Amino acid sequence: MDVKNLKQKALEIREMTIKEIGHFGAGHIGGSMSIVELLTYLYYHELRIDPKNPKKEDRDRFVCSKGHAGPAVYAALTSKGYFPEEWLLTLNQGGTKLPSHCDMTKTPGIDFTCGSLGQGFSAAIGIALGQRIQKQDNNTFVVIGDGESQEGQIWEGAETAAQWKLGNLIAFTDLNKQQLDGYTEDVVSMDNIDTRWLGFNWHVQRINGHNFRELSLAIEKAKAVTDRPSMIIMDTVKSYGFIPGEGIAANHSIAFDESVAEKAIAELREREGVN
Amino acid sequence: MRDTIDISNMRDAVMAAINDLAAENKDVVMLDADLASCLGSTSFQEKYPERFFNCGIAEANMVGVGAGLSSMGLTPFAHTFGCFASRRTFDQFFLSVGYANQVIHLVGSDPGITAQLNGGTHMPFEDIALMRQVPGVVIIDPSDAQSMYELIRQVYENNKPSYIRSARKGVTHRYPVGTKIELGKGIELSKGKDVAIIATGQTMVDAASGALALLKEKNIDATLVDLHTVRPLDTALIEEVAKRCKRILVCENGRYSGGVGEMIAAHMAKVNPVKMDFVNVGERFGEVGKLDYLSKTFGFTAENIAKKAEALIK
Repeated sequence: MDVKNLKQKALEIREMTIKEIGHFGAGHIGGSMSIVELLTYLYYHELRIDPKNPKKEDRDRFVCSKGHAGPAVYAALTSKGYFPEEWLLTLNQGGTKLPSHCDMTKTPGIDFTCGSLGQGFSAAIGIALGQRIQKQDNNTFVVIGDGESQEGQIWEGAETAAQWKLGNLIAFTDLNKQQLDGYTEDVVSMDNIDTRWLGFNWHVQRINGHNFRELSLAIEKAKAVTDRPSMIIMDTVKSYGFIPGEGIAANHSIAFDESVAEKAIAELREREGVN
Repeated sequence: MRDTIDISNMRDAVMAAINDLAAENKDVVMLDADLASCLGSTSFQEKYPERFFNCGIAEANMVGVGAGLSSMGLTPFAHTFGCFASRRTFDQFFLSVGYANQVIHLVGSDPGITAQLNGGTHMPFEDIALMRQVPGVVIIDPSDAQSMYELIRQVYENNKPSYIRSARKGVTHRYPVGTKIELGKGIELSKGKDVAIIATGQTMVDAASGALALLKEKNIDATLVDLHTVRPLDTALIEEVAKRCKRILVCENGRYSGGVGEMIAAHMAKVNPVKMDFVNVGERFGEVGKLDYLSKTFGFTAENIAKKAEALIK
């Protein structure tokens, strides 16, 4: 694993995401930025995929159940060559192929449509089950939010995936501790999230979601577990890398223009020590 | 294809169709939500254990899992009671199936008053109104074992998401094997000229058949249509019987708002307004009771249908 290269790719994906949202003028920057390392690791190191053949049957699948992180997923997909980078500037414009929430019927490389929280998680369970029925040795990866985990459907899915011993399902919780209305602990707490998943009989790990070595170790360990599904809880920072949004309560969706985007990118590059 | 004359319950017709499809097609998968024993999807489980999944009492997740399976090229049939299949999973069916362009065939057991002793909590009167909001969905409400069997096979071939309304208990053998039964095409059981009765589902087509005999005694020559496919609506046949009879009575084991009667009324208002009336539960909730009590309570009887048909003529 070339951590330096992954860091470079993550920076590029962050910059593209900031530009993409800044060009439109507003968007779900917070939850997009918090999963950039995960997206980078999956697309550049893990997923067995072919950007030239997005529908290749025996591919690993990735479902972004927190569908509002679409802008970051699109940046990752374009950097892998699924579609031209200019598409990013059409985000949310009428007729776009890049709607605010991930849509498999519109965007090459999107494995499932998500937007109503909790639904992508169940679909990912179905996909993992389908891989098993079809005797594919592929894995299904899915990321959910900590706010999303307030949905009952997540826990309906959790019990069935454990019942069916879906060892090929590797899930991530983006534990960025914030949701639309503020801090998760003030809305509906996700305290003891590790033990919640342990209680559902999942293989559970907790890592720093912005650290590639930890991501790599956790994913390798999860792949070695074949008798139950895996949950990798990622401690993350909402809006990480879009510095004007870090540490503020209202960072789920932020309105900002291209000049703010440019400034934010310069600020990020300075912090990362890149010129 | 098989003759269903030996089948003694509507649920067995449903499972005969799904099991036969599974024998012929490796992509057929069955999901249930802790009602496998009620429908008899246990027969699928015994034959194809690697393709059967009991999702437990978690219907929303079941529909989502089905959508994921569909995206893998598999074709899931999923079953629960109609009240849960529609009201409880609506968002999942709407987005993960309809909007995401996936295919699930959702079987909703015990439509309307056939929920009987499970009572008002389990009585789906609004399932058709809900499910028809999903663009592209096919809705069937077959009235006998043979048409249930054949329509489920056609729904599979049609490869679009569907909602299958199925009474479980009791059976009507209306159509001999070999009868032409076509998805989207209603069947004229009687071609009269005075009034057209359009009925959906076993309960209402049975009751309306009884009404035909009562009307005949009064020299009223009624048309009876078995509208086994609710969506897409067979507008050609509806227009034809409206032109001939000038009056339409729509009988459905469900609610008026958003239901079959409203669909037909809206269509006729556009093309050729005719006098209409309706037999349905109106604005009432369901209640517990045996089928004969509920039929009388809600007016789903031959007598009430005949009375309403006669009143339309006057």
